[in-house]
Amino acid sequence: MLTILFDGIAYGMLLFILAVGLAVTMGLMNFINLAHGAFAMVGGYITVLLMQKLDVPFLVCLPLAFLGSALVGGVLERTLYRPMYKKPHLDQVLFSIGLTFMAVASTDYFIGSTQQIMQLPEWLKGRTELGEGAWMLGMGHYRLFIIAVCAALTIALQFVLAKTRFGSRLRASVDDQRVAAGLGINVNVVFLSTFAVGSGLAGLGGALGAEVLGLDPTFPLKFMIYFLIVVAVGGTSSITGPLLAALLLGVADVAGKYYIPKTGGFIVYGLMIAILIWKPQGLFVRKGGK
Amino acid sequence: MTQPSMNELQKTIAESLHNGSRWKAWEPVFWLLVLASPFLLGSHALIINEIAIVALFAISLDLVLGYTGIVSLGHAAFFGMGAYAAALFAKLVMPDPVVGLLFAIAVSTLLGALCSFTILRGSDLTRLMVTLGVALILFELANKLDWLTGGADGLQGVVMGPLLGKFAFDLAGRTSACYSIVVALILFVLARRLTRSAFGATLMAIRDNRLRAMAIGIPVSSRLAVIYTIAAGVAGAAGGLLAQTTGFASLDVFAFDRSADVMLLLVIGGTGWLYGGIAGAVVFKIMQDVISTITPQYWTFWIGLFLVVLMLVGRERLLRPWTWFKKGGAS
Repeated sequence: MLTILFDGIAYGMLLFILAVGLAVTMGLMNFINLAHGAFAMVGGYITVLLMQKLDVPFLVCLPLAFLGSALVGGVLERTLYRPMYKKPHLDQVLFSIGLTFMAVASTDYFIGSTQQIMQLPEWLKGRTELGEGAWMLGMGHYRLFIIAVCAALTIALQFVLAKTRFGSRLRASVDDQRVAAGLGINVNVVFLSTFAVGSGLAGLGGALGAEVLGLDPTFPLKFMIYFLIVVAVGGTSSITGPLLAALLLGVADVAGKYYIPKTGGFIVYGLMIAILIWKPQGLFVRKGGK
Repeated sequence: MTQPSMNELQKTIAESLHNGSRWKAWEPVFWLLVLASPFLLGSHALIINEIAIVALFAISLDLVLGYTGIVSLGHAAFFGMGAYAAALFAKLVMPDPVVGLLFAIAVSTLLGALCSFTILRGSDLTRLMVTLGVALILFELANKLDWLTGGADGLQGVVMGPLLGKFAFDLAGRTSACYSIVVALILFVLARRLTRSAFGATLMAIRDNRLRAMAIGIPVSSRLAVIYTIAAGVAGAAGGLLAQTTGFASLDVFAFDRSADVMLLLVIGGTGWLYGGIAGAVVFKIMQDVISTITPQYWTFWIGLFLVVLMLVGRERLLRPWTWFKKGGAS
């Protein structure tokens, strides 16, 4: 049982890293970006291809995945996304679906539709077991690694948001764009860098998750719903909201699939609908924000 | 304002409303052409059938999205429900298509009534998620209940009886095409009547400004629930038609692509205009047919590219080329 909890937490942390960029951009720009999964896929493919073709060590690949997808995100933000901020939600949804379709089809074309297999380094392959019987805790080293990396990233993000000047600018822009601009904050630059970092994090998540979630060209479509659940349930105004939502989702999904495999995705989707009917704005809404 | 001028005003309003709902001269002509199309273009009857079904589906989404402003990414839920209901009805109860279609409409209307409670609150994002979630749950259900639905293999062995006891469904698809077109026409006329009524006007008021609509006394929640239910029934009819004319229902009737496609084609044709769905369906299906014969595997790329360009240029402007060179156009 503890093992399931552990796996669920690892899964949830991964989802959080994948979705946190989406949460911030959605809160910041009020932009519904369904193409977020495509950035995660970019990161995943960068890692897998570098490892397979060029034998780059895994630990070097991770920052490269981050940088690569951040770059792609930054360029796309500047060229394609920016004109879309002011459009109605319907346009944004269709626009980002279009981007997703393009990403899926071109990955399929250039790399092939087969699922990519990632060779983990030896030191991440093992498994440690603690305790006995029903309370036995089996920890895959790779999952432990994921939790460690994601926890470190979460703390770093929280620190940046809460303590640094950039963080306060970002929070000001999220709360009220126009007033923030009036106070001399260059909102465009804040948008651009946030979008790039968010995409980079998604890429990193994709790289980390390639082994756990599986990586093939339909990745953006398959996991889109999960990212959106994290954001819709967690709310967009803080990072603790999405974090808790991601953990809840991860544990519920893993436990559901383990105990009642017949139900498949019901538990997650049902839970989401129930929560959204109960609290349409998400579970964790900060008072006073816009 | 004095009493006579008030009457005058009422008269003018009534007249303009009446004019709006009157059939234009080209509309009957258009529908006659459509009705004749399975005979004129006999070899393309299959695709005409598909277009009629998709157009009906798009009309249903238009009621929700174009007229009421509910962004839904899960409209395939009702389409699929209608498809499975019709197929199962034919298989287990009786093979008569008309009764089966009515059954499909009833089932999906019921589903719509249940789901209408989920879309009343929250933001666009919430509604997106909830509608998408419902479609996904139904997808999973159809997948897991394999004793009933055939699971991932689809529901096979659906044999339809002849239409009205006379016209058998043939392989060339002429009967199917006529059947689908007639059903689409009937529902179109009803939808047209509905959107041009006072009820339709309140829907548009809700779409344009929900707060004001509420302030002038429109019961927003009940209107949303009612139109969502009606649209679900229409979508169910489209799904039922698909299952009956192909004799098959598979999981892809619930798939996300279907919801996305119908939204896309509605946007191509223009929202808030019932003919938009039809125009979009024609363009989209032909485009799909042409592109997928060139590159069967990667046609989603071109659809994606088209969407991105359409949205960047602005969907109002792309369809009206004469506004391209005007500065600061309508978009």
